[in-house]
Amino acid sequence: MEMKAVVFCTGLMLLFAWLSPSQAIYFHIGETEKKCFIEEIPDETMVIGRYRTQLWDKQAGSFLPSTPGLGMHVEIRDPDAKIILSRQYGSDGRFTFTSHTPGEHQICLHSNSSKMALFAGGKLRVHLDIQVGEHTNNYPEIAAKDKLTELQLRVRQLLDQVEQIQKEQNYQRYREERFRMTSESTNQRVLWWSIAQTIILIITGIWQMRHLKSFFEAKKLV
Amino acid sequence: MLAWFLLLCAPLMFGWIRASELTFELPDNAKQCFYEDITIGTKCTLEFQVVTGGHYDVDCRLEDPDGTVLYKEMKKQYDSFTFTASRNGTFKFCFSNEFSTFTHKTVYFDFQVGDDPPLFPNENRVTALTQMESACVSIHEALKSVIDYQTHFRLREAQGRSRAEDLNTRVAFWSIGEAFILLVVSISQVLLLRSFFSDKKTTTTRVGS
Repeated sequence: MEMKAVVFCTGLMLLFAWLSPSQAIYFHIGETEKKCFIEEIPDETMVIGRYRTQLWDKQAGSFLPSTPGLGMHVEIRDPDAKIILSRQYGSDGRFTFTSHTPGEHQICLHSNSSKMALFAGGKLRVHLDIQVGEHTNNYPEIAAKDKLTELQLRVRQLLDQVEQIQKEQNYQRYREERFRMTSESTNQRVLWWSIAQTIILIITGIWQMRHLKSFFEAKKLV
Repeated sequence: MLAWFLLLCAPLMFGWIRASELTFELPDNAKQCFYEDITIGTKCTLEFQVVTGGHYDVDCRLEDPDGTVLYKEMKKQYDSFTFTASRNGTFKFCFSNEFSTFTHKTVYFDFQVGDDPPLFPNENRVTALTQMESACVSIHEALKSVIDYQTHFRLREAQGRSRAEDLNTRVAFWSIGEAFILLVVSISQVLLLRSFFSDKKTTTTRVGS
């Protein structure tokens, strides 16, 4: 009996963990509009995104709680502009990916409504919540699964945070290397082009004078 | 055991108090608004930073459900604003790039509503936290602030790097352009000068004969 209740509760817990964020930020999107968000993350970092859509109902003058047939197309690109996820989800969706290269990942959403008439009002409300790295961990769930005491759970949380910091520091080192390469390349370019331009200037000056001298001598003016 | 599980389930069913952190692109002459439903008395913090684009500034405006402007700044690069919700309702904050004609900006914002959810729902217990537990809590807070500083550092570094890359391409482009212009100008100078003397020569011969 108790076991059943426990299973039910865990199931309910996971269900709510899965479902839409009830207190997340939302914004409005047009029908053909594509909204993109950038996440600059180190490698091997998990990102979980959850969204919920609501359609503006002209008759009721408010947003409907949920609309069947209304979908969102989610497209995720990695720093090399390669698509790592391109899927159609329903009006409520959850997408997750783990980065394999560090850098700027782009998460794009646009609506893909099957019935054009739905959008006559023109507004779609999208609730969005994107969690990155250690924020993706659901601690009560982990405690239940691994049977951890409070202290053990706290230490686990600290370990996750420190791991996240370490990954970010590693990524920082990689970025600084890129930055240094760009600066050194600029430095080299400035140096070589200055020398090249001075040489071109001198050569053109010499050529001009010699050409004009021979021109005037030919014209018997000198 | 059952009671513990029920306690665990309860806060999850009533929704979370979270931080929303997003980076988005704001095209020129565009305005992007975000909304959030907040309950009265919740302490909220809005922090934003412009990552790339133009002069790295953006207009920001925060309104409460009545439409009263709580925060309004023009052309700001980075700012942090804390307020307590005076009433229930939908709070709205907007970022505007309407003053810019052709540069689009990348803006990062972090909107924190309330405090972080407690690790355990029965946080208000009878016994005080043990020394180990309170040490863990203070380490957790310190690490949170480390992560926050890291984020800001990463954004500033992205800003610096975008400027450096911009400079690099500009140097290459303008060096080639300048060398080309130099050659064109010197050759046309010589040709022009030659043309002056050529005309004069024909007029002198005509006069002579």
